[in-house]
Amino acid sequence: MDFLIFQVPMLTLQAVLDGLLLGVLFALIAYGMALQWGVMNIINIAQGDLVILGGYIAYFMYLYGIHPAWGVIISPIIMYFVGVIIYKLVINKVVDRDLFISILATFGISILFMQLMNFAFGADVVLANSGYGTTMLFDNSVTLPNSKIFSAFISIVFAIGLVIYMKKSKLGRAIRATAQNARAAKILGVDTEKVYAATFGINAALCGVAGALISITFTIHPYMGLPYTIRSFMIVIVAGLGNLPGVAMSGMGLGVFEEFADYILGTEFRIGSVFLLLVLILVYRRFKLSRKREYLK
Amino acid sequence: MKIKNIIITFVSAIAILFSTSVVSLAKVVGDKIILGAAISLTGKYSSNGVHTQNGYNMAVDRINDMGGIKVGGKTYKFDIIYYDDESNPKRAAQLAERLISQDGVEFMLGPYSSGLTKAIAPVTEKYGVPMVEANGASRSLFTKGYKYLFAVLAPANLYLDVAIETAVELNGGKGVRIAQAFEQDAFSQDVRLGILDAAERTGSKIIIDDKLPKELNDMAATLAKVKAVKPDVLVVSGHTKGALTAIRQIAEMKVDVPMLAMTHCDAAKLSKQHGKNSQYALCASQWHKTLTYKDDFFKDGMTYAADFEKLFGYDPPYQSAESSAALLVFKDAFERANSFDQKKVRDALADTNMQTFYGNIKFAEGGQNVDKPMVLFQVMCDDAGKCENKVVAPLKWASAELIHPIPKWSER
Repeated sequence: MDFLIFQVPMLTLQAVLDGLLLGVLFALIAYGMALQWGVMNIINIAQGDLVILGGYIAYFMYLYGIHPAWGVIISPIIMYFVGVIIYKLVINKVVDRDLFISILATFGISILFMQLMNFAFGADVVLANSGYGTTMLFDNSVTLPNSKIFSAFISIVFAIGLVIYMKKSKLGRAIRATAQNARAAKILGVDTEKVYAATFGINAALCGVAGALISITFTIHPYMGLPYTIRSFMIVIVAGLGNLPGVAMSGMGLGVFEEFADYILGTEFRIGSVFLLLVLILVYRRFKLSRKREYLK
Repeated sequence: MKIKNIIITFVSAIAILFSTSVVSLAKVVGDKIILGAAISLTGKYSSNGVHTQNGYNMAVDRINDMGGIKVGGKTYKFDIIYYDDESNPKRAAQLAERLISQDGVEFMLGPYSSGLTKAIAPVTEKYGVPMVEANGASRSLFTKGYKYLFAVLAPANLYLDVAIETAVELNGGKGVRIAQAFEQDAFSQDVRLGILDAAERTGSKIIIDDKLPKELNDMAATLAKVKAVKPDVLVVSGHTKGALTAIRQIAEMKVDVPMLAMTHCDAAKLSKQHGKNSQYALCASQWHKTLTYKDDFFKDGMTYAADFEKLFGYDPPYQSAESSAALLVFKDAFERANSFDQKKVRDALADTNMQTFYGNIKFAEGGQNVDKPMVLFQVMCDDAGKCENKVVAPLKWASAELIHPIPKWSER
């Protein structure tokens, strides 16, 4: 078989770099999801819609003549409060219930957000131009848009910042304590209600950052949220819960895997192959788990 | 218990009231011919849904102001009942059912998009309600043997046909090497089939044939392949998202192709969102205001565009123009049928052969308009960065000369 990617060696490098840059951005969204899933045991279907809302904040800044890159600072601040408000209105009522109810609730929020954004911002596909230019390597045979490099850089900064914040700050420690054992944390004087609200807010803020970056690198549209939810969900599943470095690795890994699937299997199998990989990983996990159980018997 | 009874009585009273009042709204009331339309006023197609509605409304007002429709020696006026289908095919089918069986509508106008037209067509067909639609171009609409469906627009497989033919012509009649990327939806795949036909006809070779997943936001892989194999023509179709993504990433990745042809540039407001980066892109369009077709109601494209802008405050996209044309077709058919009998109106529609400001209209067996070619315009920008769409093909309608090949990024 003569695959183009093996005939033109530079394409391999291009694919790896494209995949990494894409993966880092997705990993940031997955970071937020992993965090609140771990702490609150809630799978947030509205994750992608929060991302898009964050994107619209950057887009409107761009429309009013402010450089959209400032969106990575403004958008998370606004989105933090949006997250806290959503928590106070809806999530706090489902946080101790089973997973199914939280999925239903966040699914509802997702639909509401989609329709509201469509109503408020219109159904046009929009984007913000950063005007960042392009980095060309190896005599123009590998090209990397600077906007994507910028996105990846910002994502890494926020991800590392979050990890440090979790380790060092008081709130971070409270969040980790609540994640380990909410009841024990409560008994020891942690205000879990506040911790939950902050966690949801931080998640929304991360979505805000990612959204601003997506408006610079890709396009935004009120109904485009779901793919981001699904992608971050997959990244978290592959990494395993409570494994933040794993989220970063699996995000980038999936990004690169997807690029190669595109070249080797064809663009139409790109998303399908990622799902196939997910199934294989789940089957493998189950297999491993069942062996462990037998051993315990 | 008492309260429950009261509620039941109340609800049923309202229901009876509704059913009687609604049924009395039949197809022709007094001097009004009532048409029905389910249009996406909310949901993901809402922008184009509104363009469609504006096109319909403008034509209704114009026809009514200019004397209305003469049937059997009496003058009638158009009126439209609109429902919002929420961009949802299921809802559209329900609303069509409701328009016909409850509101008594006997003539329908089409919704926006191929998907929604596909949902409505079986319903109108079942009841024998003639429908003139202006926004469903998918080829599969015209191969099902529908007898009551008429489309004023050219079918999707002809959208980019002209581009391939132009490329071959510029190549001295020899076949060209084509790279194509199409989204996996009914419309874009129809456009793809058209390209496959054109390639076979002209002896061209397709060297990249990517099918983009709907949820895909990134075309980097496809474009990297294009850079590696250097085709003569790059064809992209994936609605507004596809057009915007392609232009952004072609500029960012500095992809040099001699010809870039795509769909939905109008709807994507390509030159407004991307400025000079969109320069030289060739776009398929059903209509452009500089075309010189004429009729008695809107005169010509330029006049239509000016009148439209006065009313709605923006330049009409082709979605509005074709929607207006649908009403001209209905008026013409009613007058020729000289009757409101659905069968007779249907036959008159099938015999349509007219020119409108939007183009010539003549329906084939399947209901598609075969007398109106697609046009290609090219985005052309001046030094100040102001961009304009100029028709470049077919030559008969061209208002500017095609710039070919596209200058390399390093020379721009």
